[in-house]
Amino acid sequence: MRFLGMNRSDWLLFIGFAVVTLAGPIIFSPIGAGYPDLLQKFAIYGIFALGFNILFGLTGYLSFGHAAFLGVGSYTAVWTFKLLTMNPIPAIIFATIVGGLFSAVIGFISLRRTGIYFSILTLAFAQMCYNLAYSVLTPITNGETGLQLTQGDPRVLDVAFGRDYGAVLPSSDLFGIDMTGYPGFYFCGVMLIICFFITLRIFRSPFGMMLRAVKSNQNRMNYTGLNTRPYALTAFIISGMFAGLAGGLLAVTDPLAGAERMQWTASGEVVLMTILGGAGTLLGPVIGAGVIKYFENIFSAFNETILMQAYSALPEGLQHFMVTLSSLFVGEGWHLTLGALFMLIVIFLPGGLMEGLRRLRNLFTKSSGGQGPGNSAETAHSATPA
Amino acid sequence: MSKFKMNRRTLLKGTAAVGVGLATPTIFTSKAWSAGYMNEPKGGTVTFGFNVPQTGAYADEGADELRAYELAVEHINGGGDGGMLNTFSSKALQGNGVNGKKVEFVTGDTQTKSDAARASAKRMIEKDGAIMITGGSSSGVAIAVQGLCQDAGVIFMAGLTHSNDTTGKDKRANGFRHFFNTEMSGAALGPVLKNNFGTDRTAYHLTADYTWGWSQEGSIKKYTEQLGWKTAAAVRTPLGAGDFSQYITPVLNSGADVLVLNHYGRDMVNSLTQAVQFGLRDKQVNGKDFAIVVPLYSRLMAQGAGENVKGIFGSTNWHWSLQDEGSKAFVKSFGQKYGFPPSQAAHTCYSQAILYADACQRAGTFMPSGVGAALEDFEFDGLGNGPTLYRGADHQCFKDVLVVKGKENPSSKFDVLEVVEVTPRAQVEYPASMLGGELGPYNNG
Amino acid sequence: MDAILLQILNGLDKGGAYALIALGLTIIFGTLGVVNFAHGALFMLGAFCAVSIKAVLGLQKVTLSETETTAWGTPLEITQPYVEVWFGDLGATILDYSVPVSILIAIPVMLLIGIIMERGLIRYFYKRPHAEQILVTFGLAIVLQEIIKSIFGANPIPQPAPDSMKGMIDFGVAIGFDAGNVVYPVWRLVYFLFSLFVIGLVFAFIQFTTFGMVVRAGMADRETVGLLGIDIDRRFTIVFGIAAIVAGLAGVMYTPILSPDYHMGMDFLVLSFVVVVVGGMGSLGGAVLAGFMLGILQSFASMNEVKDILPGIDQIIIYLIAVAVLLLRPRGLMGRKGVMEG
Repeated sequence: MRFLGMNRSDWLLFIGFAVVTLAGPIIFSPIGAGYPDLLQKFAIYGIFALGFNILFGLTGYLSFGHAAFLGVGSYTAVWTFKLLTMNPIPAIIFATIVGGLFSAVIGFISLRRTGIYFSILTLAFAQMCYNLAYSVLTPITNGETGLQLTQGDPRVLDVAFGRDYGAVLPSSDLFGIDMTGYPGFYFCGVMLIICFFITLRIFRSPFGMMLRAVKSNQNRMNYTGLNTRPYALTAFIISGMFAGLAGGLLAVTDPLAGAERMQWTASGEVVLMTILGGAGTLLGPVIGAGVIKYFENIFSAFNETILMQAYSALPEGLQHFMVTLSSLFVGEGWHLTLGALFMLIVIFLPGGLMEGLRRLRNLFTKSSGGQGPGNSAETAHSATPA
Repeated sequence: MSKFKMNRRTLLKGTAAVGVGLATPTIFTSKAWSAGYMNEPKGGTVTFGFNVPQTGAYADEGADELRAYELAVEHINGGGDGGMLNTFSSKALQGNGVNGKKVEFVTGDTQTKSDAARASAKRMIEKDGAIMITGGSSSGVAIAVQGLCQDAGVIFMAGLTHSNDTTGKDKRANGFRHFFNTEMSGAALGPVLKNNFGTDRTAYHLTADYTWGWSQEGSIKKYTEQLGWKTAAAVRTPLGAGDFSQYITPVLNSGADVLVLNHYGRDMVNSLTQAVQFGLRDKQVNGKDFAIVVPLYSRLMAQGAGENVKGIFGSTNWHWSLQDEGSKAFVKSFGQKYGFPPSQAAHTCYSQAILYADACQRAGTFMPSGVGAALEDFEFDGLGNGPTLYRGADHQCFKDVLVVKGKENPSSKFDVLEVVEVTPRAQVEYPASMLGGELGPYNNG
Repeated sequence: MDAILLQILNGLDKGGAYALIALGLTIIFGTLGVVNFAHGALFMLGAFCAVSIKAVLGLQKVTLSETETTAWGTPLEITQPYVEVWFGDLGATILDYSVPVSILIAIPVMLLIGIIMERGLIRYFYKRPHAEQILVTFGLAIVLQEIIKSIFGANPIPQPAPDSMKGMIDFGVAIGFDAGNVVYPVWRLVYFLFSLFVIGLVFAFIQFTTFGMVVRAGMADRETVGLLGIDIDRRFTIVFGIAAIVAGLAGVMYTPILSPDYHMGMDFLVLSFVVVVVGGMGSLGGAVLAGFMLGILQSFASMNEVKDILPGIDQIIIYLIAVAVLLLRPRGLMGRKGVMEG
């Protein structure tokens, strides 16, 4: 039973993914994440990580500069809002295209090298974009403050169609539906589902097989007379377009583009998301993105008052001790928790959270195992609990 | 294996059905369109959102801001010794919360990044129901969060932000700033520099290469050139350069006799330390003693530069050694609670929280337009800066500005600055139209 | 002319710092095959060795004043460092020289930290993919810096150089310029000489000792050396310890130039990776050469004359050079084929 090149379990995975995404507001509210902004971030960074995974998970090329594509996507989207229209569709189309163009140029140069040399080249390009955007390119990027909408923006298409936003600053809207709050989330969610579908197709296609071959042994591929670089470059551009789209969506849900989106730490973040979730797996990067964004937004918000309430059942001395101990890891200490989590995951679950899920399932289903942890393609195929 | 799939499929179907059923009502109720305004408090409490840097270079400043906020909430709710509420000229607050509601608060980490700050503020508004957002330790973040609060329909009470743009080019109706700006720094420093260094001077600027730095450089240039000073060069330095020696050495042979460091935070600590290392403080040029000026001082950061700050001029919003009743009351309650004196960041944040609560009480509502009207052109005293005006035209506070100097013989590690002069408010006032920008209408969400 | 001379001098101490950090990093690459993202954190820990030792030396005897009070009403605390109470002027001198004194203590401390890191964590990652090495060491770096932050706070902590080394040297006069035109702080000269000394020691150690010979052999072909029955593991532990010492010493001595804060390691991390890659992975000479080269070029790019022609060039010069070098010389200036290209 195959349809569009995907078998039944693929379709089940896809439908399950779509349902979970769309039901996000309900599923995530028990853990305090069921509010629009964080849900939007889940979806957007999910797209970013999915795209990164097409490059890193399949070909093994570790890029340290993907945040640059996210950043140019955001700038493009905001400029589209300013110059053309507040409708998000042109914004994300342009953001994706510009993300693709940037990645084509940077990828073409960087892919001349492999290994850590490739990583440093991508890092260098991204840092140049960031440093210039922060300082001398301020006329285009508005530097530290970030590119914002103003009432004086031309918005030629909106004007041509007679839309007038009056004295207030406009927010982007899809034919009248305001792109903030839950509608904004559903817009991003639908995009995430589309991107997931594309990723699934790539994973299952001959092209995806070729990319895996690039990872497993590039030399041997070259000896067969096949030039692998066009394949790697295509993967690089696709992932750059995903990043551009994610950047565009960031601007759609919140029309402000700042340079720090392009800093190397932001590039590092998407690497962490992908590896944390499980590089080379389908769902892993999305899960990893969710976990990191959850930490950033929820763990950082715990303060002493909240902790005191959490431990209020304990005797007073113990309560104070526990509050002091816990406050090392939450609130201003949330970075510590994140760092420790990375270490624990990498040490004990090299395949990321997806491997953890698979092990858990094996434990329960008592299946005889036999799947090597390194076989990521196989892992992706079998580990499909939504 | 197939059994598992069957189970999962049924499970998925169930989830989907429940999902659609539950999602519908949430979507339509969550934004609370039925309420009069965004996050209108319904129960016996009202929630403030404290959005400060808890990680990154300004984490200590953020921690001090948070301490001040907690103290302010305690005082508003009637706890502690009341602090500056006792000296504040408006007596609307009774020590029983605001509008009969007890004040609670939520906190978040801005990371001194616009994106993170906005995400954090959004969480407070969307999830925690915060009625007002306050805090921050950089202008980029303040402007970004101010724009967000305008869109969302809550009041933003800016923390430490010194750029002109916050209440100039990028001002918003829902945003209010108590802290001073680069324009006022320039106006306050000008006369003091003239008295100390004369009118025949040549200045060399090192400027952090981003909007605040440029704004600061522009203001100092404007006021020193009015005095008759010349500007030898204005060099942009990358943010977080660390080692500034390659920018400092050209000063040696430039013929300049004043170095202006338009840096803040770690950049200020490093560039000042290194400038002193290169002997600039003890140098003689054109028969005059070389001088270094740091237009925006922060006591917390000055501690990081250690003995290098001795004798260096700058301006600051407030300092704990001030002897007016308000400052004394604030230092007393802060010092007793935490064991050390508050920073200017703590002071401005405490004041903002009190000013907001007082305005709500006087307006009898938390609705942004009502609170804003109560803050606009509000004249007050007793918050440590002398008689102060919250100007309605740009939502900027006007008050005296302190010119300070690094102390020669500090008595403790907190005692690094001494107040040289208090520049009166009249001297630092400027027309609201000068900095451009549009407030626009209030947004009540 | 004097401006160019000054910028060369500026490049030397900067280059010294880059070279020291990159040296340890490249030794770890070359021998252990590990991409150590926690190396910047080692530099930071070294700096905080100096901070802690100054804090310990400066431990204060606190007496409460009977007459004076603080602004918030508690009795004023009068403090005097114990070393001064006990040793008088000698104590004051020890305190003044806390940064050089820290070197003696930082060596064993950093060695210990290095050994613990290698035995406790890194050795399990020798055979793991680079991506996992990066992630685990990056996580470790975050954990280390957050621990430092929770102890020392986020603000920079001043570490003055000893009084006798605070002055300036007037190079210009010696070669015929006017007095005061080409000056250089004594401490920066000390730093440059110190970095040369440490680099020399490391080279001598690797070049002239049996231990060094095995390490060099291990860098060339680790498997074979292991097969020869040489206990390569124990030596690798020591190599890691040495790399930690070098990074730590670079940090200790840098504190008077850059007031240390918990984040300083991350700031140097990217830079030192660029240095290592430009020099060529696993090449000691390359790391040193690239360190000084990038330091000096960075200084030149910051000159007004250059910035007037190419605005913002000082912000990106390091990365531009990295791109240019990697495109022209695929394995960096002095890299060998096959290292870290997989």
